[in-house]
Amino acid sequence: MSNNNEERKSCLRGVGVTKIFGSGSKKTVAVDHVDFDFKEGEIVTIVGESGSGKTTLSKMLLGLIAVTEGEIYYQGAPRDIKGSRKKKEYWKNIQAIFQDPFASYNMFHKIDDVLLDCLNMRGCKDLPMKQKIEMMTEACSFVNLKFEELTNKYPFELSGGQQQRLMIARIFLLKPKILLADEPTSMIDACSRSTILDMLTKLRDEINMTVIFITHDIGLAYKISDKVYIMEHGKFVESGEAETVIIHPQAEYTKRLISDVPKIYEEWDLSTV
Amino acid sequence: MKNTLRQLMHSSKFVVGAGIFVLILLTMLIYPLINPGNPLEMIGVGTFAKPGTYFSLYDALDTKTETLKLKDAEEKRLTSIVSMEDRVSMIEFMEKIGVDVSNVQMDDVDTILELWNANFDETSKPKGVTNAKWRNYKTLNNRLEKIGKEERAVYDVDPATNEEKKLKLVGGTDYVNVNTVTNIKTLPLGTDNFGRDVLKELVSACGTSILIGLVAGAVATFIGLLFGLLAGYLGGIADDIIMFVTNVFTVIPSFVLLILISYSIGQEQRGATVVAIVIGLTSWTWTARSVRSQVISLRNRDHVNLSKLSGHSLAKIVLTDILPYIASYVVMAFILQVSSGILSEAQLSLLGLGPKTTTTPTLGLMMNWAMLYAAHTNGYWWAYFPVILTITLISFSLNLMNTGMDQVFNPTLRD
Repeated sequence: MSNNNEERKSCLRGVGVTKIFGSGSKKTVAVDHVDFDFKEGEIVTIVGESGSGKTTLSKMLLGLIAVTEGEIYYQGAPRDIKGSRKKKEYWKNIQAIFQDPFASYNMFHKIDDVLLDCLNMRGCKDLPMKQKIEMMTEACSFVNLKFEELTNKYPFELSGGQQQRLMIARIFLLKPKILLADEPTSMIDACSRSTILDMLTKLRDEINMTVIFITHDIGLAYKISDKVYIMEHGKFVESGEAETVIIHPQAEYTKRLISDVPKIYEEWDLSTV
Repeated sequence: MKNTLRQLMHSSKFVVGAGIFVLILLTMLIYPLINPGNPLEMIGVGTFAKPGTYFSLYDALDTKTETLKLKDAEEKRLTSIVSMEDRVSMIEFMEKIGVDVSNVQMDDVDTILELWNANFDETSKPKGVTNAKWRNYKTLNNRLEKIGKEERAVYDVDPATNEEKKLKLVGGTDYVNVNTVTNIKTLPLGTDNFGRDVLKELVSACGTSILIGLVAGAVATFIGLLFGLLAGYLGGIADDIIMFVTNVFTVIPSFVLLILISYSIGQEQRGATVVAIVIGLTSWTWTARSVRSQVISLRNRDHVNLSKLSGHSLAKIVLTDILPYIASYVVMAFILQVSSGILSEAQLSLLGLGPKTTTTPTLGLMMNWAMLYAAHTNGYWWAYFPVILTITLISFSLNLMNTGMDQVFNPTLRD
């Protein structure tokens, strides 16, 4: 939350971004004309309940699925990711942590391959093996993993939390400009979680990375983000500085989300459910 | 991989299926070593020799005989000469000429013969007996004449003078040890219409048919896999074009197409390989469709997304992130394609559109020959039944393997 007052460059901007699945009577509007502006070095959180279109939006931002309508601007210019080369170039700068770590790895590849891929992507292909291992060990240590214990293992031999941390370790190797983290810490214990979030914040400060968190945990959003977007049924109902949105919520939906957060020393208000 | 194999070995269906198939393959490999030679060699001059062991009568005459006095020998001989059918017709004849046969038992051969010898007169044909029947009665009577004779003579005919010279007398108690006869041939499944050893032919045909199945299966699976992967992964216009072609091929009945292609290639060019490829070229559509649907469900998975984000090329993603996930399915599809390839060959050959007939036998060709020479209407079961059984066994074992694999790879089907 430093450098808050400086004027930052726009990193990802969307105007009327829409995604419609199916057609005719089966038409589902997953994301409905959303506008957003993510600045460089900002930590943004998109909060919303399940099925509100958060993951669809993140896939559009990643360029994994096409945008039905609207325009996404990348670093000020309309995003151009037509063709595999341009896409590859784009993906050097934007990386993701997926929601379900169990489904995120190719079960036929060893963990070493997953991490080596990241080094290759960064252009470290020709480095000596020893140096590569050093880099991988360091990245793993950021997320409380020991590389020696992981090497030569398959991802499915790890626990859900370990797999999720491995996913985050990739980010420390890749150091992308933008990180889209879809429920990145859902399976990680509270202790490791704050460490990892700390590390990610540090990485943000170090390389001026934009972090876009996607979560339904409004508490997390409040704790770490600069800006919060509240999403309901494919639309942003409220957005702005984290403090403003969460302390003084305007939209009904935001108020409900906030009241639904369980608090340790208070009676849990279930009246809004 | 090791684990998958171990799991497969726990599936009884797969083990039984694989066992039968391996047994068939082993027979194919080992039998030609025991009984070498050209499987299409015509060893018999007549057609459809019954299954059994044949020994040379010519050699047997020169073989040392032993005298064995066996009690039931005479009776057995009698029953073999006068069969049940003969007895029925004998009684029928005697009823016709007015002999009282009401007390005669069917198994009492002696009484029947006694009555027959007393009443049958070769010179006078009774009224109401057709000529054909009368002829039958006369041949029957001739056969009965040798009953009671102690010895039969063997003559040698001098080709120059046409003079007959008695060689030896063969008695009813003379026996030859089969093992000492020089020339013996066992034909477990007899001979076919061209006088060829059916078992030898069957083993060779089985090999050719499995080979045809494998080639057809490989061609069909390759094309289906290629189209399915491309259509499923690329999506969009590529998917539309590929699925259009696939649908066109699905709508045309593939068997009609198969017949037309086989017919237009012509008999001379139609070797086993060509037939196999033609079968493969007409049967890939369902593989393509099912691979496509599998790929579509895979291509939006996060591990594929992660692979994309890691900068992998399209070929690498398809080969390492999609193909391994559907490999078990593809193997299963391949097995089914092999099975249906073998059946298609049999169908084609039965219609006379199979591989050319002069070089190699196939299961279908054997059926075709048996059908052309009316083996089924004449009761020559050995010419076609073992072939049908072999086809059934092969496709049964392959399908069983497939079901077993399905249960292993698809845990929701396990019981």
